[in-house]
Amino acid sequence: MTVGLNHYLVVSGLLFCIGLGGVLFRRNLLVIYMCIEMMLAAGSLALVAFSRFRGDLDGQVLALLVISVAAAEVAVGLALIVAVCRHGLKPTVDELTGMKL
Amino acid sequence: MPLISAAVITLFGLRRPGLAGALSVGAAAGVAVVSSLAYTGRPFGEPWQCSAGWLSVGELIVPVGLRFDPLSLTMSLIVAWVSLVIHVYSIGYMRGDRGFGRYFAGLSLFLFSMLLIVLAGNLVVLFIGWELVGVSSYLLIGFWYQRPAAADASKKAFLLNRLGDFGFLLGLLLVWSKTGTVDIGELEGRLAADPGLFGSLATGAGLLIFCGVLGKSAQFPLHVWLPDAMEGPTPVSALIHAATMVAAGVYLLCRVFFLLVLPGSAALELIAWVGALTALLAAVIATQQDDIKRILAYSTLSQLGYMVMAVGASSVSRPPVAAMYHLSTHACFKALLFLGAGSVICAVHHEQNIWRMGALGKKMPVTFVTFLIAALALAGVPPLSGFFSKESILASVLESNVGTRNALFAVAVAVAVLTGFYMTRLVAVAFFGPERTREAGQARESGMILTIPLVILAVPSAFAGFWGIDSAYSNQFNGVAVEHAGVVERIAAAFTHSPVATACGLGAAIAGIVAGLAVYWNAATDRLPEKLGPVAGLARNRFYFDELYAAVNGSTHELLSRFADGVDRWVISGVLVRGVHGSIELAGRLLRLTQTGNIQIHAVLLGAGVAVLLLIVLRH
Repeated sequence: MTVGLNHYLVVSGLLFCIGLGGVLFRRNLLVIYMCIEMMLAAGSLALVAFSRFRGDLDGQVLALLVISVAAAEVAVGLALIVAVCRHGLKPTVDELTGMKL
Repeated sequence: MPLISAAVITLFGLRRPGLAGALSVGAAAGVAVVSSLAYTGRPFGEPWQCSAGWLSVGELIVPVGLRFDPLSLTMSLIVAWVSLVIHVYSIGYMRGDRGFGRYFAGLSLFLFSMLLIVLAGNLVVLFIGWELVGVSSYLLIGFWYQRPAAADASKKAFLLNRLGDFGFLLGLLLVWSKTGTVDIGELEGRLAADPGLFGSLATGAGLLIFCGVLGKSAQFPLHVWLPDAMEGPTPVSALIHAATMVAAGVYLLCRVFFLLVLPGSAALELIAWVGALTALLAAVIATQQDDIKRILAYSTLSQLGYMVMAVGASSVSRPPVAAMYHLSTHACFKALLFLGAGSVICAVHHEQNIWRMGALGKKMPVTFVTFLIAALALAGVPPLSGFFSKESILASVLESNVGTRNALFAVAVAVAVLTGFYMTRLVAVAFFGPERTREAGQARESGMILTIPLVILAVPSAFAGFWGIDSAYSNQFNGVAVEHAGVVERIAAAFTHSPVATACGLGAAIAGIVAGLAVYWNAATDRLPEKLGPVAGLARNRFYFDELYAAVNGSTHELLSRFADGVDRWVISGVLVRGVHGSIELAGRLLRLTQTGNIQIHAVLLGAGVAVLLLIVLRH
């Protein structure tokens, strides 16, 4: 069986959905963060697959950019989590309801 | 001239009674002289017009036009002379009143407006004069404005007048839209050339203009303002409400007579019946009134109904000469009656109830004799003027083309009987009989300035039948002069001309007088209520028309205001204002539910939104 573009896209989609499910249903902040990373990885996978099957390098360059952005975002996000824990709160989403109207 | 007088008095003379009186009488005298000269100066029978450009809007060209034809010349002559007499009388009657200057300003304004109506060359100028006499009437009826009854009466008069004028204006617009002109001479010409111009609207046009007459001449059902108008000073009642303004309606009908006889117009029959109904209604009410001025007011109403009926009974071959004839003689003797009543009222210290007078005949001879002449003329006793004019009306009704003419004639004769009856009642109770109160006993003849006008007016009341007024009016309508000869021949001519009508009229007058004498000679109190019971009660209370109108007015007002209140409260305030507020608040609250503060809920919603968007985009 030849592995075509569709297979890569299906895998990417699955990864994305799993990540999404984790973001929506897990309570621990760190786990939510890891799932966000998973979603980003899924996006990068799709980009690289498109790049390979088109024969140019545009997707791969974009994937590199995604990775760098993800790294910056992790730094910020982890700092936020540390700040939350410093306040004495547990690292879960249950008590982070400051934006309630 | 009277306009200048009115303006000058208002600007300068309100505090100077002498000046006001002199100016006003001078203006009236000037008008009388000019109209007499105009009457004799021109070749009689040809209309003569003069006009100056005034209003030109698109296709509507309204010059300020005057028209001098036999109708207007004769009418203006009568108006001028009666007004002059009443102006002189007013100087005596209103002496010492604080509003002396204001009174004469109003009187001069009225004279100007009345002349404008009479001499108008086109319908718009006539309408202007029409409204102006309404204004003058308002000012003069409410002259003693501190009295609430007077203020109410003047308001009522003006409002009812306006109601009629609304119909008049509609009719005027209809005429203009169909014929393209408002000039009276041109109208006549165009309608003669093309009688079918109005088509089916002929009746409507005629009736709408008749609406104006309903208001101004106080026909049923707009008649309720005239008796209340007696709150004004007596000379005002004499001038405006007996001799001239109320007659303006009949004059208008004769002016636009060519409009009413268009083929296919049923206006005339309706007009005749409205007139007859008014005449009968007013005559019945008059038999049970106790205020001398009210009796005369209802008598005026009744006579106006007569005149309107006479117009309605006319046609192309028998023009409404009778109506104008009666108008002229009525102006003289009704004015005389009112002025005489004023003299009586002054003498008994402003008491107006006839049951508080009595035996005035001996004490006030001049007033009594002139009053008697006028009363007999009104009842239609030969050889006084009223006999001739009444006879001509009865004859024209009997010989008319109207289908129901016999019924109309019967009503007219009945009214003649009632006329004789109530006038006899008035004269017998006020002038004969015992002195009923102390004031009556102290009455003395009034001063000369009051009695000389009475005598002056008594002359035409008695003799106008011989002056050929009807021939003057005949000139207007078909250009044929009716020749008359000496005194005896005239009376005989009345009998040979139409024996049935004359006999009935005379018989009715005599029957009325005899009945009145029988009931009221030396009567101490009014014996009629016991004999007639409920009918007398109805008559005394004016058939409750005023109460009916007040109730209708009040209930409509109530209904409308409740409806408006409901709309205001429920629709505007409730639905619109609070509804908008509420719905926006509801939307806000619903949206607020989504902001839980829970990050994951937000994420869910975000994801759902993206999914929906994707669906929409991919579907397209």
